Amino acid sequence: MSTETLMAYDEALERFEPVLGMEVHVELGTASKMFCGCRAEFGGAPNTQVCPVCLALPGSLPVANEKAIESTIRIGLALNCSIASWCRFARKNYFYPDMPKNYQISQYDEPLCTDGYLDVEVDGRIVRVEIERVHLEEDTGKSTHVGGATGRIQGADHSIVDYNRAGIPLVEIVTRPIEGTDRLAPEIARAYVAELRELMRALGVSDVRMEEGSLRCDVNVSLMPRGTSTWGTRTETKNVNSLRSVERAVRHEIERQGAILADGGRIIQETRHFHEDTGATTAGRSKEEAQDYRYFPEPDLVPIAPDPEWVESLRSGLPELPRVRRGRLQEEWGASDLDMRSMHNADAIDLVEATVAAGAAPADARKWWMGELARRANEAGSALVELAITPVQVARVCAMVAEGAVNDKLARQVLEGVLAGEGGPDEVVERRGLRVVSDEGELSAIIDQVIADNAAAADKVRGGKVAAVGALVGGVMKASRGKADAGRARELILAKLGVSE
Amino acid sequence: MSLIRKSAAELGALLGAGEVSAVEVAQAHLDRVAEIDGKVHAFLHVAAESALAQARAIDERRAKGERLGPLAGVPIAHKDVFTTSDMPTTAGSKILQGWRPPYDATVTRRLREAGLVILGKTNLDEFAMGSSTENSAFGPTRNPWDLTRVPGGSSGGSSAAVAAYAAPLSTGTDTGGSIRQPAAVTGIVGMKPTYGGSSRYGLIAFASSLDTPGPFARNVLDAALLHEAFSGHDPMDSTSIDAPVPGVVEAAKRADIAGLRVGVVREFDSEGFQAGVVARFHETVELLESLGAKVVELSCPSFTTALPAYYLIAPSECSSNLARFDAMRYGLRVGDDGERSAEEVMAMTRAAGFGPEVKRRIMLGTYALSSGYYDAYYGQAQKVRTLIARDFEAAFHQVDVLISPTTPTTAFPIGERVDDPMAMYLADLCTIPANLAGNAAISIPCGLADEDGLPVGLQIMAPVLGDDRCYRVGAALETALESRWGGPLLSKAPAL
Ligand SMILES: [Zn+2]
Repeated sequence: MSTETLMAYDEALERFEPVLGMEVHVELGTASKMFCGCRAEFGGAPNTQVCPVCLALPGSLPVANEKAIESTIRIGLALNCSIASWCRFARKNYFYPDMPKNYQISQYDEPLCTDGYLDVEVDGRIVRVEIERVHLEEDTGKSTHVGGATGRIQGADHSIVDYNRAGIPLVEIVTRPIEGTDRLAPEIARAYVAELRELMRALGVSDVRMEEGSLRCDVNVSLMPRGTSTWGTRTETKNVNSLRSVERAVRHEIERQGAILADGGRIIQETRHFHEDTGATTAGRSKEEAQDYRYFPEPDLVPIAPDPEWVESLRSGLPELPRVRRGRLQEEWGASDLDMRSMHNADAIDLVEATVAAGAAPADARKWWMGELARRANEAGSALVELAITPVQVARVCAMVAEGAVNDKLARQVLEGVLAGEGGPDEVVERRGLRVVSDEGELSAIIDQVIADNAAAADKVRGGKVAAVGALVGGVMKASRGKADAGRARELILAKLGVSE
Repeated sequence: MSLIRKSAAELGALLGAGEVSAVEVAQAHLDRVAEIDGKVHAFLHVAAESALAQARAIDERRAKGERLGPLAGVPIAHKDVFTTSDMPTTAGSKILQGWRPPYDATVTRRLREAGLVILGKTNLDEFAMGSSTENSAFGPTRNPWDLTRVPGGSSGGSSAAVAAYAAPLSTGTDTGGSIRQPAAVTGIVGMKPTYGGSSRYGLIAFASSLDTPGPFARNVLDAALLHEAFSGHDPMDSTSIDAPVPGVVEAAKRADIAGLRVGVVREFDSEGFQAGVVARFHETVELLESLGAKVVELSCPSFTTALPAYYLIAPSECSSNLARFDAMRYGLRVGDDGERSAEEVMAMTRAAGFGPEVKRRIMLGTYALSSGYYDAYYGQAQKVRTLIARDFEAAFHQVDVLISPTTPTTAFPIGERVDDPMAMYLADLCTIPANLAGNAAISIPCGLADEDGLPVGLQIMAPVLGDDRCYRVGAALETALESRWGGPLLSKAPAL
């Protein structure tokens, strides 16, 4: 890996203005592939979900998946695009072993959806990202390069190809150049992908798992010196596979390009790879010797001409879109802007909503997901949604606290038990014996003992220093191993000491 | 008369009446193949065992009293460009030598469903690119009329098989004339259905927007019977037309053309054509008039630009269609020594596996599609295509069918044009417009040229989905011509 000079982010931003561009590929979750009847599911044994069509056997022909066309139109509508009344597939010709036909059926100058936008929110500011086009194509197979150090083709002994992915419907969403992002370029890039991902989920068109590659992101970055308006040469960083990486990749490109430009160098138009471990990008294929894809209209398929009435019915059937939904939930939950933003950033909104739906008070649901559970997810380096606990279980814990069956401290232990796989909340309470001591006799005995052991503190309280009761309550909690109801213990101590507040 | 001289319709009737068994019929044709194919080389693969097994199965079904179609038990030769799950499929190319497809083409499947007995796979120009069968990687086929001459192409193995009585029927594909031109030069009937009327699924693609499967036979009715057997909508082919098959068998039986308006294409009635071809063509025009047809001359000016447009569109599509032959998943693999990269192996395989004409067209097409040239070449050719469709449309406002010679010359000697692609391409001059517009067109024999005694073909062109008109006019002319000749033209062919 080259040791590149970077310019401090702040300095780069002082001298240059970034222009972003995003290309996002979304694998549609259709039952079958784009042009054949093979299952489109992720994770089958290699080369088991294939047929003459997706292996490009001689003589085979594609038949377009209607459901994929429908999903693409719905995505276009949700992105406020115009839907073409007539358009065609095109062949994109280039040789690569994981592409069975050695051409990809895609769309070229006649995309299905054009000219839309997506509003994203960053730091309380709404940024409108303009969408240039949304088109439909097919995915390639997946190459694995064996024997090299990097897992890339360079240096590998041989490569193996799994064609299960070949022909899975892929929607490409391309933005227009995003200007005026200023310092927030990395955050806006991230927010755009996050918003897009939520939109896909709301539409139910894809599972949009970045780590499995069902949402893949290419990030274009260029810089122009402050005070000028001519865009610089851009680089395209390919397959940035997490939200955090999107942000880091943009930041890194700004720092890298800033250093080169400040040094009088020039940016090479090229594709770059992002490295999760270092947060750096390295050069890939240079685009200056641009591939000629020899696009032409796909003669094996008939044009797509969606019936306008059908398009209108799809429009009216669109679900509530994520930003609208967040507004509604904020109102329903009585949450602050800051709370909503932090839930959104932590991908907690769905979880909180499901927890509320399971009976929890919104504030409680938020408290647990954004507090204890977020902390644990962070420790484990995983996403909230990946924690081994369901919203229904969290709602049950909320209910236990509300009933007074456990206190917050015990509730944390319940969550810990559930996460450790000890069973549901009730089972964990049972097994670990985590019930609050509510038996007055038992509690009374503990209190008597604590007063006897802490005579000095008890005297202070008797003498009017009510604040000193805290030490006694702490003693009770300790003696009961946290199972006592602290509020009730305080009441009883004060009563026994003859003090009223 | 021996079984091999009988028409498909006659064989069907004999089989239906139980006067002959499918096994006997298949055996008679397999014997004929064994007798003549050393000279003709119509077949790339003879499937004697499976043919006899198929025939036996048909006989058994009939013995059980099952009602079978009109062609059940009739033998057929199948162009080796359709996939067959039980026979190799090569498309005439070394790059696919030994490949066994795991699936049947729709046409293959429908042949089997109709009870046709597939004798084997016939020779063709590599990937159906050519007009002489000389571009086959497995050696040329010879014309049964004169073994020193070509049988036309690309479906030359299929035309020769039928003309040599090795099969009463065969399949072909027509991209620029690959059925009609071989039919014309071997003195048989060959039909290019409306594009989309017959399925391309399992047909190894040359030029997707032009390729059309169609039938060969020794008479018009037989061709119609086969046409009906394998045509019709196929959900596996998006470009297949979802409409009923035109009533081609009815039309072939009706054969009445009184009052029919026939247009002679002025552009194809010109100098440069062989004298014997022009003479037979003009005689046929007079014959049509004597049968009660109204013949008018009309102009289709764009037809003269069809050939160059075709030689941009077809190679462009082929350059992309043939990209899949990359040594990765099937077929030939050259140079894979464990050291070379996939890209090197791909290049070496393609260099070794494709013949010169295929390479020529891949390069032509790659160039025509490349950035900066697309508009001038491919784009322009598509515009010509629109003009040709308009000329057809205008013509069919005035007339019911258009006629022309099928091809400007009779069968040319083997080797004569191999080094002169332009001369070779001219063989398809008259047939290409119907491909570019997607129309139906048939070639029927209309006599022998005086100067060489070789067959001349008449082309009858009809509108899209007007396939029945080709058969109606073809059958009427066939009856009149055969009564003039005192029998089928093919009976004048020298014995092999
Ligand atoms: Zn498949």
